[in-house]
Amino acid sequence: MIVGIPRGLFYYYYGDLWTGFLDALGVSYILSEETNREIIDLGMHYATDEMCLSMKIYLGHIASLKGKCDTILVPRIDNYGTKNQTCTNFLAAFDIVRNLFSLEPLTYNINYEKMQTEEEAFKKIGKELGFEEESSLRAYHNALTSINYQRQKCISKNIESLRTEKVKVLVVGHPYNLHDAFIGKPILDFLKKNHVEIIDSNLFHENITEELGEKMQQGLYFKYSKNLMGSIALCLDKVDGIVFLTAFPCGIDSLVNEIAFRYLKIPHIEIVIDELDSMVGIETRLESFIDVLERNGGHEKSSDVSTNGRL
Amino acid sequence: MKKVVTYPQMGDYNVPIYYLLTHILHCEVKKPLKISDRTVELGNKYSPTFVCMPFKYTLGTFLESLEDGANVLIQLGGGCRYGYYYALQQEIIKEQGYTFEFINLVTEGKSDIKKIIKEFRKIDSHFSILKSAYYLFITTKMIKYMDKIDHQIRKNIGFEQKKGEHLKLKQEMLTRFEQNKGYFHLFFTYLSYKRKFKKIKKNKENCLKVGIIGELYTIMEPFANYDLEIMLSQYGIEVTRFTNATYLLFQKKKRVKKYLKKVGKFSKNRLGADALDNVGRLVYLGEKGYDGAIHIKSSFCTPEIGVMPILRRVSEEYKIPLLFFSFDTNTSKVGIETRIEAFYDMIEMRKQNE
Repeated sequence: MIVGIPRGLFYYYYGDLWTGFLDALGVSYILSEETNREIIDLGMHYATDEMCLSMKIYLGHIASLKGKCDTILVPRIDNYGTKNQTCTNFLAAFDIVRNLFSLEPLTYNINYEKMQTEEEAFKKIGKELGFEEESSLRAYHNALTSINYQRQKCISKNIESLRTEKVKVLVVGHPYNLHDAFIGKPILDFLKKNHVEIIDSNLFHENITEELGEKMQQGLYFKYSKNLMGSIALCLDKVDGIVFLTAFPCGIDSLVNEIAFRYLKIPHIEIVIDELDSMVGIETRLESFIDVLERNGGHEKSSDVSTNGRL
Repeated sequence: MKKVVTYPQMGDYNVPIYYLLTHILHCEVKKPLKISDRTVELGNKYSPTFVCMPFKYTLGTFLESLEDGANVLIQLGGGCRYGYYYALQQEIIKEQGYTFEFINLVTEGKSDIKKIIKEFRKIDSHFSILKSAYYLFITTKMIKYMDKIDHQIRKNIGFEQKKGEHLKLKQEMLTRFEQNKGYFHLFFTYLSYKRKFKKIKKNKENCLKVGIIGELYTIMEPFANYDLEIMLSQYGIEVTRFTNATYLLFQKKKRVKKYLKKVGKFSKNRLGADALDNVGRLVYLGEKGYDGAIHIKSSFCTPEIGVMPILRRVSEEYKIPLLFFSFDTNTSKVGIETRIEAFYDMIEMRKQNE
């Protein structure tokens, strides 16, 4: 039995956990390719035209997996408690896929309000794949430990890069946008090419960002947007500029980014990407943004020198 | 400073809300203006680019009320990003230089009664819980009666002999409701108007039946859907609509459970906001042999966009024609009329062929 894992949305949060789990159980799986034009066209074909770009790409990944696997892993993540809701696309993806592709995905339903925890979800998957509860639990916990270890390493590296002397930019965006080969990667690559140190807004300890996010704006209840808000609060005085990266038309970002803008006194830029965008226009905007940052940085340094000189 | 309370405008529900607020608060209450082109323009000007339409409408209403001297704004919140509205609207209005207080009745999709009472105490030190409980009871009854009457109107308005009779009578009823004195008075007013509505002469036989489903604000605020119900009634169509305040306040929880059992084939889970309800309703319309259904929403409404592929499959399986509308602030009415006309021709031909 081959499990298909689409490389989109949830994958960037939990993908390593899934692959670790399936590896430990010895189940073979197939990952869809990195996003390319073909996948986007497939996604556009299946999706409703008003869906957000990330969702369109996700559906494209599923379409590309069709016929290559026996079952597919499309989770449904309802909430992590009342104060930690998720985007409604995360709730609906499971049923959208069932209706669009007439596939029956594995049952993976997380709803902490109704005590359906992640552990329960993995137990259910294990059962559907024909494993006993004990072995799937063991596999889950093993995978979780190694994931946590790796995440810890990434977080320390991310925090380490906050201390460099280079121009530092916090890139705020959902991981499924930031690390997607079509949406975020070209932008991150471009920033790197221009000697900008990138701080990933998702690589911080969640309990810290959650608390900071709540402090910054009361009443946020979408888990991921709250964490992003917290990461902004955390880095506010440590970075030179902030890039907001959004897929068109992300419902939550449209409001949360606007709220965040009103707190910011450092240079920031919002980049909204849809499926027709060319990289050229974005590069021009990013270039001038980097120019502003460098001038700001240089200005501070030169003023330091002048005062020193006078003294 | 004297406090002047106001709230967002939605359909005819400003009557019961006005009634409630004037009776429980000891300060001035300002009725929001009906939504006009200016409201939309104001809201549009200060809103983010791809926010959904209710945000723009409510923001526009607030700005208009603030111009008129209101300084306490009441906003609700819901299951989707509706709950984030107040945070941004507060900031936007602050930037316009107004001093005001903002009361958010629903946080994180749930309302905390203790917190609400605390907030009301802040505006009005004489706020009495017992009195407000009594008036809240009357208001809920008023909303229920209004919705019942509305249901009847939707069924019959297309077939009245004298044009405009229903709407005139309804307006009369709403003014009577506004001057209501106590529960029994309300009940008898309702009964008498129910009788009056029944007496209206109509010639109705074997008509087309269409159900309207979709996002709640667009459905309930006639300005937002370009008077779709009236437009349909002019073609002699009987309109059924499910979303109203009674549904949202009292019936939703029960119905969702029922729908979940019924539509398991299409959707096994809740889909956020009213999305699952709409699947259930479309299945219902299909089973009852309706001639068509219209799904309306504001553009960028994520839950409703997500449910569209599912609705499409339901409509295929139940063979019920389904028309999608996505309204934004600059949709033109003419385009909608054309599409409705084509839809009407189609469902009529279908009916004749049967």
